[in-house]
Amino acid sequence: MTDNVDTTVARETDSGRDIRRLLELAGLAVTGTVSLVMIAFIVLFWLQEQSIASGAYEQFMIAGQWLDHYLGTNVFKWAFMWQQLAMGVLIGIVAPLIGTFLVHREMALIGETLAHTAFAGVAIGFAAGTLVGINVPLYFALVVSILGALGVQWLSEHTDTYGDVPVAIMLTGSFAVGTLVISWGRGQRGISIEGFLWGDLSIVTASSARLMAVLSVIVVAVVIYTYKQLVFITFDEQAARVARLNVTAYNTILVVMTAVVVVGSMQVLGVILVAGMLVIPVAAASQIAHGFRETMYLSVLFGQLSIVGGLAMAINYGLPSGGSIIVVAIVFYLATIGLSSDGVRSLSMH
Amino acid sequence: MAGTAHTESARTNSAAAGESTVTSAVDVRNVSFAYGDSPVVKDVSLTIEKGEFLGLIGPNGSGKTTLLHLMLGLLEPGSGSIDLFGEPVEEFSAGERIGYVSQQSTNRGGSMPVTVREAVKMGRFAHAGHARLSETDYAAIDQAIETVGIEDLADRRVNALSGGQRQRAFIARALASESDLLALDEPTVGVDAESRDAFYQLLESLNDSGITIILIEHDIGVVTDRASRIACINTELYHHGDTESFVQSDALAEAYGATGTVVHHDH
Repeated sequence: MTDNVDTTVARETDSGRDIRRLLELAGLAVTGTVSLVMIAFIVLFWLQEQSIASGAYEQFMIAGQWLDHYLGTNVFKWAFMWQQLAMGVLIGIVAPLIGTFLVHREMALIGETLAHTAFAGVAIGFAAGTLVGINVPLYFALVVSILGALGVQWLSEHTDTYGDVPVAIMLTGSFAVGTLVISWGRGQRGISIEGFLWGDLSIVTASSARLMAVLSVIVVAVVIYTYKQLVFITFDEQAARVARLNVTAYNTILVVMTAVVVVGSMQVLGVILVAGMLVIPVAAASQIAHGFRETMYLSVLFGQLSIVGGLAMAINYGLPSGGSIIVVAIVFYLATIGLSSDGVRSLSMH
Repeated sequence: MAGTAHTESARTNSAAAGESTVTSAVDVRNVSFAYGDSPVVKDVSLTIEKGEFLGLIGPNGSGKTTLLHLMLGLLEPGSGSIDLFGEPVEEFSAGERIGYVSQQSTNRGGSMPVTVREAVKMGRFAHAGHARLSETDYAAIDQAIETVGIEDLADRRVNALSGGQRQRAFIARALASESDLLALDEPTVGVDAESRDAFYQLLESLNDSGITIILIEHDIGVVTDRASRIACINTELYHHGDTESFVQSDALAEAYGATGTVVHHDH
């Protein structure tokens, strides 16, 4: 009886579902295009001294002035703004992308932990900068965070779970090391560690945007290449083992990608808030999505909308970017809860 | 060792006629396994020939699931060795040759938004590797969904289904893999009587077409009706032989008596 009713409803919503799918794909197409423009900017900015790229770069900036003119903004004529926007757009893609797997593997806390590990890396990087003059804190963060990721993975293999306790020890431990290194290096001027804590658009540099572009391309490529395997181990690890998937290897790939995304995102989002971008858009998407692929698509769309909304807020009112983005993301999350309490059905029928 | 040439021909034979015996499907030799100090499987040896339908029975906590996990390579034996299709199980890499339905509690269908179709697709992932799914893969997926009769549920989320519907989705995933060996751990828990009968008929016809089946089932009546051979274990192997000899033996009483479990079975 109930089965019959359900089937009729499912049939009725078929056309609604098609429209929904179209909207999702259109949103993804826009996101993809925008991210390509952003990557194009980063590449042109990098190569602007070269004769082949300089013309194109100038054209790009002229287009930016026109954009400002038409929108009445004061954003797109500035190269540093483009860098910040590029960073945001790329975060809005890769963080929810990886987050979709993390959330449904119940590894959400891993992102938080790796952010704190990365923080220790930034601190060490700053210290190294003042000591030996190598001023690349983000690269230090990347190395330390990946090592942290491998550490978390090792712990999980040897304790049979991504248990709360080892993860909490790792989280606080690395943050503790970070604070020690900072206070030890405090004598030095010009360390803006707060930016890394709360997220600050003004610490985004051309080289960090470039790093993020490279990392994003790698992460997206790896996710596309290993999508099936990651879905399988996320959904049913035991059956994946029986099908002879190398579960340990894919787990490691996932954790290392998390580290990479966290480091790429920490300037804009801040160490403390970076996990929010891995989790909140995915939580919103999971409320209303039918399947896993759709969850992933919607996560990226919610991520992107949160970034755009959050950056607009941050730039307009001079607020910290991390907090703005996360607050906007949570608004979307609450909205999807409202939608899903009426059921996925009513949403599809609009 | 039979050599690779033999193994290869055995494989073709068994696929075609389902009666080759050159290499067995599973060969368990003197296997023991313990969690800490408590032995779960003790010195078990048994061979499952290709094309066999083995019912694996025993009281609760008797080590049935553990033995199955050992056979599939999910666990490593404390001692002894296991061959899967003539290869040591730890080196066995042809994941597409095994279809597996676990006990219901072990998958994450609970919270993850995955459609039935997406779940069944996973049955083809071992075939496809990193490549896109092919026409053949999609045909197998559609066929499996149709076989268990869940076409109208295909776009629903797995976690929105009833226990029985969900289990049918997992059975479809195992079928979609078109494997040579189906390992089923109490596959019909929560499935209604009618689709259960249909499922066991399906198993019989799959078995007739040459697929090896290992079935853990708490309903002993089902096992004695359907399986060609029976292994009855309670940590140790109490009986392994054809169904008739099992029914005539005292193995059941002995195995179930060993833990003092009182069993009622009405069938």
